[in-house]
Amino acid sequence: MAKSVVQEFTKGLWNEIPPFRLVLGLCPSLAVTKTVENGIGMGVAVTFVLVCSNMLISLLRSIIPKQVRIACFIVVIATFVTVVELLMQAFTYPLFLQLGIFIPLIVVNCILLGRAEAFAAKNGIIPSFADGLGMGIGYTLSLTALAAIREILGSGTFYNIPVFGPSFKPFAFMVQAPGAFICLGLMLCIMNMLSRK
Amino acid sequence: MREMIKLFVVITIFSAVSGGLLTALESGTKERIEYQQLKFVKGPTIKHIMDGCSNDPLVDRFKLLDGKIERSFFVGVFNGKRDAVAFETYGKGFGGDIGVIVAINVETDKIIGIGVTTHSETPGVGSRAQTDPAFGAQFKGLAIDQPFRVKPDGGQIDAISGATFSSRGVCGAVAASSDIYKRLKPKILEKIKS
Repeated sequence: MAKSVVQEFTKGLWNEIPPFRLVLGLCPSLAVTKTVENGIGMGVAVTFVLVCSNMLISLLRSIIPKQVRIACFIVVIATFVTVVELLMQAFTYPLFLQLGIFIPLIVVNCILLGRAEAFAAKNGIIPSFADGLGMGIGYTLSLTALAAIREILGSGTFYNIPVFGPSFKPFAFMVQAPGAFICLGLMLCIMNMLSRK
Repeated sequence: MREMIKLFVVITIFSAVSGGLLTALESGTKERIEYQQLKFVKGPTIKHIMDGCSNDPLVDRFKLLDGKIERSFFVGVFNGKRDAVAFETYGKGFGGDIGVIVAINVETDKIIGIGVTTHSETPGVGSRAQTDPAFGAQFKGLAIDQPFRVKPDGGQIDAISGATFSSRGVCGAVAASSDIYKRLKPKILEKIKS
C-alpha cells in the first residue's frame, strides 16, 4: 500500500489515464473535443473539481457515514461544479457558452465519483491530492490530444490558427459525433498496442 | 435509531454548508455575470443598432419596474444628446422565443434600429431574421406607436420568404416593445435626463 505520492500522481498520466484506460467520462470527451480550446477548458474545469473534491472527501472521510457516502460525495462534487460554473460565467463567458450543458454535467462524470469512492475515501489528503491532480492532468491531456486530431483534420486549424493553406478541404466528418467515436477508438487501439510488450 | 439520526444530521450539515457557500458565491459574482452576458449576448446587437453613439450603452444602463417585471434600458448618446433608449422584448417564433432589441429615439418616438439577440429558428431559414440586414432595416424610422405586422397579415413589413413565422415573431416582439414604451415613457424620460 505504501505507494509514493509521485506514483499516485503519475499513474493518472499513463497507466490509468481516464478516458483511455479507465474508459470513464466518455460523454463529455466526445462532445466537447471539437476544438483544442474547448478540450483544454473542459479538462481544466474537471481537474479543478477533481482536486478539490478529492481533498475535501479525503479530509472528511472519517465523519462521512458509510451508508450515505455516495450522497455526501455528490453534494461535495456538485458544490465544486457549481463554483466552476459561476466562475466560468463571470470570467470566461464565451468558453462557458461553448461548453454549455457539459459543465453542469461534470457532476455525473464517473471519473469524479469513481476517484472519490475508489481512492479519496480510503487515503490521506496528500495522496488524494496527487491522485486528483494526476487524473485531472491525464484527462486534460487526453481531451487535448483528441481535440487536436479532430480540429486539425476536421476544421484545418489548431487552437483556431489555420495550419494548412487555403486549398485544404476539411473532413467535416471529424468534427461530428461519429468522427469522435472513430478517433477515440483508434487512439485506444494505439495506446493498447504501445503498452503491449 | 441513533445511527439513523446521525445520518440525517451529517447529510443536513453537508447540504446546508454547500447551500450557504454557493449562495454567497452567487451573490458575489452576480453583477459580473450579468455584465458578461450583456457584453457577449446583447452587446454586439446593441452596438450595431446604436452605431455612432458616443457613449457605452452597456455601462450607461438603468432598470425600471414594469408591473412585476424588471427591465433593463440602455441609453445612447447621439450628437451630445441623451435621446436614444434600447431594450429587449420577446416574440413567439417558429422554434421558440425570439429576443429582439429595439432602439427608440425618445424625442421623435421613431425606431432607430432593431436587432435579433437570441433565437432558436431553423438555421438558414428563420435564422435570416437575425442575419439578413434588409429585414431589420425595414423597421428603421417607423413611428413606434403603430401596429407592427407582416404584409400577409395586412401590415407594413415584408416577411422573409419561407420564414413567415419567424418574421411574425420579430414583428410581435417589436409590437410588444411598442406597448412597453407607451406604458413606461414618462419614467424612461425621467431616468434618461437624470
